[in-house]
Amino acid sequence: MTWAPAFLSNPERFMAFSRWAAPMFGVIALALAAWGLYLGFAAPEDYQQGQTVRIMFIHVPAAWLASFVYVCLAGASFLSLIFRHALADAAAQAAAPLGAGFTLLALVTGSLWGRPMWGAYWVWDARLTSVLVLFLLYVAYVALRASMDDEQKAARAGAILALVGAVNLPIIHYSVDWWNTLHQGSSVFREGGPTLAPVFLQPLLIMALAYMSAFGSLWLVRIRGEVWRRRAEAAALRAARGPGTGGSRCSISSTPSSSSRPSPSPSWCSPR
Amino acid sequence: MSRLAALLARETALAWGRGGGPLVAVGFYAGVATLLPLAIGPEPERLAAIAPGAAWVALALASLLSLERLFERDYEDGALDLLSLSSAPLELICFIKCLGQWLATGAPLALAAPVAAIALGARPELAPLIFATALLGGVAFAFTGGIGAALSLGARRGGLLTAVIVLPLFVPPVIFGGGALDAFAGGLPWRSGFALLGAYAAMAVALGPLAMAAACRNALS
Repeated sequence: MTWAPAFLSNPERFMAFSRWAAPMFGVIALALAAWGLYLGFAAPEDYQQGQTVRIMFIHVPAAWLASFVYVCLAGASFLSLIFRHALADAAAQAAAPLGAGFTLLALVTGSLWGRPMWGAYWVWDARLTSVLVLFLLYVAYVALRASMDDEQKAARAGAILALVGAVNLPIIHYSVDWWNTLHQGSSVFREGGPTLAPVFLQPLLIMALAYMSAFGSLWLVRIRGEVWRRRAEAAALRAARGPGTGGSRCSISSTPSSSSRPSPSPSWCSPR
Repeated sequence: MSRLAALLARETALAWGRGGGPLVAVGFYAGVATLLPLAIGPEPERLAAIAPGAAWVALALASLLSLERLFERDYEDGALDLLSLSSAPLELICFIKCLGQWLATGAPLALAAPVAAIALGARPELAPLIFATALLGGVAFAFTGGIGAALSLGARRGGLLTAVIVLPLFVPPVIFGGGALDAFAGGLPWRSGFALLGAYAAMAVALGPLAMAAACRNALS
């Protein structure tokens, strides 16, 4: 799997790849979602949950993606922190709001499912609580990046926070599980539960793949947008400095200028 | 060694002296403990059921208060630049800053915690354990909180941001400490929760300074 970041770390190759990969993933996501939703609605009612079982096809992949996106965020943050790679930071910045969105979707659909099943919109169940804390971590990341004016400092601070969160998430998950066994009583989840029948499992897996490709598509689109925004900023900076002065070359910029000199700092022309 | 002792004395004195120090934290703590019965109702049995947990949550909130000043003041007046230039590694300096923070606010809050819990109706037998968990939890709060304080250096509205960053990280210590108290009050084995709280505090002491120093270097760069 190390070839993928190595190949895409070149901004030129990344832009060329994402140019067709982003719409392709989007089309795949739409097709899979249509198929999965059709199968989901064609599936028979669950003998215990009735019609509400169909919420699962929306809810469970969202919950999976909520953790998966955090892994992507932490991985991109790690790469940006160690290698000071501009594109990895753009990837981390682009992933966080998507992850927050999936987490919120999982929370909302879970609560809508809980109302008929548990008789309450919210139950302090271990899994619900872990997902809620995950959402708070996403919010903290987005808030930290949004409140810093210096983009480079915001990038590194955000990366540190993402890694601190990655170290803490397993502990938080474990502690919430421990807490739930301590305060047993209201939990309705059947631990282990009956194994899922194929009529339910198939649409669930298809929906999971649809969510994955939707995330891939949106992520690429957002990274592309971030790259374009930074290029525009760098171009504006060059224009403001006037012709002939050269100026530091942006590591993410596409137009190589002859006057560029190798900059000792890995900065990418963010205005100080 | 003597320089580090001098630094510890400076940090403790600063956290203690300027801006109220422990007085503000304990005052906030007393305020929250007073508001709780007013909001929930004065029935002793209802209050007694939540007293240890409420005292514990108020402790987590009170330890957030003075975090904002942990690095911000030194960052603004340039002392952090000087400290980062000293021969001691920045990780050690962050460790000492958090230790001073804990001595000046965590320890006084730990003394206030049993008083507040008993005032809310907890049984007096709980007092030693509440003191011990508050002392240990204060270490965890100071060292995880320091990460949030260092990360929000140079940000707009740093104080509020620190709280948003730090509160999700406070989940494990709050759970372990509250669980130990709850188990003790219910006559159940409480040592596992206390041991886990100690483990989290030890991890925060070991790893927190690394993240703090990285964040400080980033802010100073």
